[in-house]
Amino acid sequence: MRPAMKKALFCGAVPFVALVAALPFVNRLRPVVFGLPFVLFWILAWVALTPLFLYLADRFLRKDKNGKDGRP
Amino acid sequence: MTPALAIILGVILAAAAAGFLAGRRIPMNLENWTVGGRKFGVVIIWLLMAGEVYTTFTFLGASGWAYAKGAPTYYILIYGALAYVLSFFILPEIWKIGKKAGLHTQPDFFVHVFQSRGLGILVAVIGIVSILPYLQLQLAGLGLIVEAASDGAVSSTAAILLSFVLTTAFVLTSGLRGSAWVSVIKDILMLAAVGIVGFGLPKIHFGSIGGMFRALMDKAPGHLVFPGAAPAMGVPWVMSTVLLTGMGFYMWPQLFGTAFSAKSDRIIRRNAVIMPLYQIPIVLVFFVGFTAFLVLPGLKTGDLSLLMLIRRTYPPWFVGFVGAAGAVTAMVPSSVLVLSAAALLSKNVYRAGFRPGASDAEVMRVSRGMVLAVATAALVFALVLPNALVNLLLLGYDGVAQLFPGVVLGLFWKKVTRRGVAAGLAAGIAVAAFLVFGKHDPFCGLNAGFVALLVNVLIVTVVSLAGRRRPAPPAG
Repeated sequence: MRPAMKKALFCGAVPFVALVAALPFVNRLRPVVFGLPFVLFWILAWVALTPLFLYLADRFLRKDKNGKDGRP
Repeated sequence: MTPALAIILGVILAAAAAGFLAGRRIPMNLENWTVGGRKFGVVIIWLLMAGEVYTTFTFLGASGWAYAKGAPTYYILIYGALAYVLSFFILPEIWKIGKKAGLHTQPDFFVHVFQSRGLGILVAVIGIVSILPYLQLQLAGLGLIVEAASDGAVSSTAAILLSFVLTTAFVLTSGLRGSAWVSVIKDILMLAAVGIVGFGLPKIHFGSIGGMFRALMDKAPGHLVFPGAAPAMGVPWVMSTVLLTGMGFYMWPQLFGTAFSAKSDRIIRRNAVIMPLYQIPIVLVFFVGFTAFLVLPGLKTGDLSLLMLIRRTYPPWFVGFVGAAGAVTAMVPSSVLVLSAAALLSKNVYRAGFRPGASDAEVMRVSRGMVLAVATAALVFALVLPNALVNLLLLGYDGVAQLFPGVVLGLFWKKVTRRGVAAGLAAGIAVAAFLVFGKHDPFCGLNAGFVALLVNVLIVTVVSLAGRRRPAPPAG
């Protein structure tokens, strides 16, 4: 597998860890953040952060394609 | 005519007009009709995807679950984000194959990758059987929302007939492009409506969103963490459900088909990057359901909680506006569902099963006929036999998600065979049907469809490893 694709997959895995694997540990009411119960805040925050990780993944793949990064 | 009624009718007519105008001066061949000529850029793809993903039932369902079940409704927020992450990696590969081989539909993909017409027909049938009840659900939601919003001035039947006849008409003239244009109107109205009621209702009744949550934490703290008011929907259920629905999302034939309509794979990637942001407004719908839980306790079903609270709080003209937004929100997904079902029937059942020599022009003609057939069937089910498809609907996601292993393994695993995929698909659907109809869902705390998916993957792997390698698809 190309190293850029590895990096991209790693970025893609982060939301899965936060929004699936972490759920047993964040299923709580407090602390209340911005008025929201903690578990809802956690989910909302990570849904909002997902585009950031996909953006990074996209950048790795693009750089690789343009030949500025990764092996020839 | 009351202001509410005028707004509802005006918006429905304006939306249909946009749908007709979209197809002007564009020659309607199969490529233009089913995949918009493979010319859609990032903005129009985004509008179309958002248009398809956010259905009337997203709103009635998300607020209804927040009302009746509490925290389990959060899963709706999660699975979309996961689906877009998966699409970032998978859809561009599907697009490339589609472009190279000129594919239009999901079964086309299976036929091409596995070199098997039979598998294509099987996938087409699964698609159609999944689309019909989903389409009926859209129509039922439309009727419900317009009847309630117009305070009974427009009956559910009249609302369904008027908007669906117009929808079918613009599908016939403009194809996928029509849906994309109506999406523009739909997305604006719907975001405005959700924004106003999502911030407004908690503020009007409790001073602020935080105030509403404080009141709810005092009254029923358990409602806001898993499993909420649904003891069977604990954390394992949520985890398995978001995985299942996240994987199943793009397996709906109409969403899978969107991959073919993009101009380039680059556009699909960029779209996947921004789509999760579009999930965020759903949290506002949760707020409405939670507010209703406090203000209007004891409703028989949660699905109407959003509309009842809005009627209780706002002047009639605004209720009409919400009804109008709800109606258009059902028209867009309905149009794409009808179009997809018609394409599956004409291309992947009629041509593949009965008329292998049919030209694209003939398939196009048959498609138009199929649009009328599918639309009529959906109307009959929605108006005359509302309960006939309930069982199929229960299966919905559990069924289409079983296509996921075939798609992903077909793309990335050279050893997978058509026999393996067919066996896994059959086993997955059988297990899902057995568990769901036998009332074993959730099964051991897990989503039944997820259990079925595990069986599916196991069988695909074992059967594929036992068999011979599949023939390579023809080059070019």
